[in-house]
Amino acid sequence: MLDAKTPEGPIETKWENHKFDMKLVNPANKRKFEIIVVGTGLAGASAAATLGELGYRVKAFTYHDSARRAHSIAAQGGINAAKNYHSDGDSIFRLFYDTVKGGDYRSREANVYRLAEVSNNIIDQCVAQGVPFAREYGGLLDNRSFGGAQVSRTFYARGQTGQQLLLGAYQALSRQVKAGTVELHTGLEMLDVVVVDGKAAGIIVRDLNTGEISRHSAHAVVLGTGGYSNAFYLSTMAMSSNVTAAWRAHRKGAFFANPCFTQIHPTAIPSSDEFQSKLTLMSESLRNDGRIWVPKDPDETRAPGDIPEEDRDYYLEVKYPAFGNLVPRDVASRNAKTQVDAGKGVGPLKNGVFLDFADAIGRLGRDAVADKYGNLFEMYERITGEDPYQVPMRIYPAPHYTMGGLWVDYHLQTTIPGLFAIGEANFSDHGANRLGASALMQGLADGYFVLPYTIGDYLAPQLGSTPVDTSASEFDQAEADVKAQVDRFLATNGTRSVDWFHRELGKILWDHCGMERSEAGLEKALSEIPALREEFEQDVRVLGSAETLNSSLEKAGRVADFFELAELMCRDALTRRESCGGHFRVESQTEEGEALRDDDDFAHVSAWEWTGQGSEPVEHREPLEFEYVKLTQRSYK
Amino acid sequence: MNLTLRVWRQAGPDAPGRFETYEATDISPDSSFLEMLDLVNEDLIGQGEEPIEFMHDCREGICGTCGMMINGRAHGPQSMTATCQLHMRTFQDGDELVLEPWRASGFPIVKDLVVDRSAFDRIIEAGGYISIDTGSAPDANLIPVAKQDADLAMDAAACIGCGACVAACPNGAGQLFTSAKLAQLNTLPQGQPERYERTEAMVEVMEEHFGSCTNMGECEAACPKGISIDFIAMMNRDYRKAKFRNRRSA
Repeated sequence: MLDAKTPEGPIETKWENHKFDMKLVNPANKRKFEIIVVGTGLAGASAAATLGELGYRVKAFTYHDSARRAHSIAAQGGINAAKNYHSDGDSIFRLFYDTVKGGDYRSREANVYRLAEVSNNIIDQCVAQGVPFAREYGGLLDNRSFGGAQVSRTFYARGQTGQQLLLGAYQALSRQVKAGTVELHTGLEMLDVVVVDGKAAGIIVRDLNTGEISRHSAHAVVLGTGGYSNAFYLSTMAMSSNVTAAWRAHRKGAFFANPCFTQIHPTAIPSSDEFQSKLTLMSESLRNDGRIWVPKDPDETRAPGDIPEEDRDYYLEVKYPAFGNLVPRDVASRNAKTQVDAGKGVGPLKNGVFLDFADAIGRLGRDAVADKYGNLFEMYERITGEDPYQVPMRIYPAPHYTMGGLWVDYHLQTTIPGLFAIGEANFSDHGANRLGASALMQGLADGYFVLPYTIGDYLAPQLGSTPVDTSASEFDQAEADVKAQVDRFLATNGTRSVDWFHRELGKILWDHCGMERSEAGLEKALSEIPALREEFEQDVRVLGSAETLNSSLEKAGRVADFFELAELMCRDALTRRESCGGHFRVESQTEEGEALRDDDDFAHVSAWEWTGQGSEPVEHREPLEFEYVKLTQRSYK
Repeated sequence: MNLTLRVWRQAGPDAPGRFETYEATDISPDSSFLEMLDLVNEDLIGQGEEPIEFMHDCREGICGTCGMMINGRAHGPQSMTATCQLHMRTFQDGDELVLEPWRASGFPIVKDLVVDRSAFDRIIEAGGYISIDTGSAPDANLIPVAKQDADLAMDAAACIGCGACVAACPNGAGQLFTSAKLAQLNTLPQGQPERYERTEAMVEVMEEHFGSCTNMGECEAACPKGISIDFIAMMNRDYRKAKFRNRRSA
């Protein structure tokens, strides 16, 4: 029953032909259509700007105080494109192939090919917008190899690529705000999708500063609301990143796909105490020159510099001689966990591994190392108080990106007609593991170059219709539900803060649905989460009123959704009895301890249908077929 | 560590404000400044008092959401550091810290330490972009950019829009923010066609919202990204040219 609506024909021409086949809305008619875009990160801002340029009437919403603040801004490394500017053998087909392979063969070929295809347009667009990408002395664009890729296809703007791309999209959006095609609403959080006659008809939002709840209708609704790593509490996400928009759409009928596919990034700074609020990522590029090790003796007490070579375990170099410290993210993360679990962790809480630059400094000199990594070293010192030129850095994995998300077809439309999901909020392109520098690419591909075409095909037949009146009973009901939840939180008057519950939930999820998942662990989590949720409902303390800025109240709604999502993540992980990409089931590994896929039984997308709280969700499967990419067992030996 | 906080509390935009005193006890020197405030808030919630509202999001110094005056200094005592990247080891056990919202008439107070910085968005909307519709761009390498220009544009583009420059300025001026965006776009070849219209439009909106620059230089000192006041000089030069050119073409 899940129809991905993938066009026929050879993969190289699917998108081109499909663009011709899709229905168009003529330029003069575009202004007769209203579109709501929720979220102003890379995907949302680029979509809203482009739809505005095309002439649609767009209403964009963000809970941030400005459209420039979404967490896309924190991406450091870069953005991939198949430009092949360095004649090193890159091509659209190679970028496509690498992305499907990197995703451990759990993504849809046609979507990924399209992503690779439009990657080049993104670079052109961003350069024209004035994004200050790094340049060579001749004035042309510089590239680097990133995350173990064998070609140099990553474009970057110092360590702030995400910031620069987001500001580019924000500025394009600002231009449309000025032009009057986009009505931008800041400080408003979406709390429900309204579905009328089976179609997305609008949204309910709450003004975070005044508490006012309002209704907005449109011909179509687009969610670019990001990922859900904050379900783990400690992650590299911004504090307010949440799953609420996507989750409430799920509760209204949008299927949620592969929720257990989460990416744990290997190089974050370990937490220093239990009140830590977030984890800070150190760029993956550090693994190009840093060597990862732990002391061989768990009871080692000497300072790292005093530990002789023979007492150090460079476990990645030993285990994976070909790739060494540059093994993919999931492999590096899991191996770090193995060391820490074995008691060999380093630092005051024994919760990290060393990333050591002593050899690089010896080989290249301090200045050369400073040139490459100076700003990262500075950031590390600022946070830990330790100087990485003198002592090795300490790193540990942290939840970083979620490949799962709302199920979408080739048009990026969810299972609710008229509701679209773009960027990290959807599930489609990264399979079970995302490659470095691909998140920015996907967010902008969806927003600039895919959705603006596909949404026209949905809208065209509706010419002449007006958006549903917001006085419709479905809007009444949705608004009443939102109000009831707000009132319930304020009336509970329990004893524990929202953050306390969020932290406890995060611990369960991290222990049992993090880097390693087992049947017993997942079963345990599935009994603990509902119990904790019950306690949350009865014992949470939210003070203040609903009529002013009240961040505890905002968080309460988000954490309530994380509770339900966490359960689904565990259920999905339990159902997927194979290992693939970031999903590692201990029961399914090779003799060497690597993720072992089961292509016969699990080469599919699991899309879950909500059936009510406390009721088991229904799994729908979309089979994945691979015509162009050959399925192989990954090996980094 | 134990610290005493004197925090500006204000229930809403029109409510009267006042300082309240709180104790932050048993704080780890390794925790961040905002984690210290999280703990104070946990205590307040425990005592049934409304927590302190403050601005924050990414907590890694890039989103530009955070910011407050700490002992009279925007983003606190450490240079080139946003509030979220401050760590408690910067302070001494027993310190008294006075926490206030950004102080500038261009940034009205929303609640406690939270202010409204939407005037910055109005400045960008006035012209802080290059007008190019999606899909119409030529191949990226058809526009070579001298490396020094690209680097200068990047230096300027590093602005995170936090507003510390305005808060630190005795005049509450918005020159550093505005000039940083202008320097980025006006330096690049892609930004030349709209250079002077952009400059005039952005400066004029800036002046509607913010005070006047008198070259105090406090903005550069407070900026967590080290944005240079040289950009203000570049903006002034372009603005003067713009006034003549735009008048001629009007």
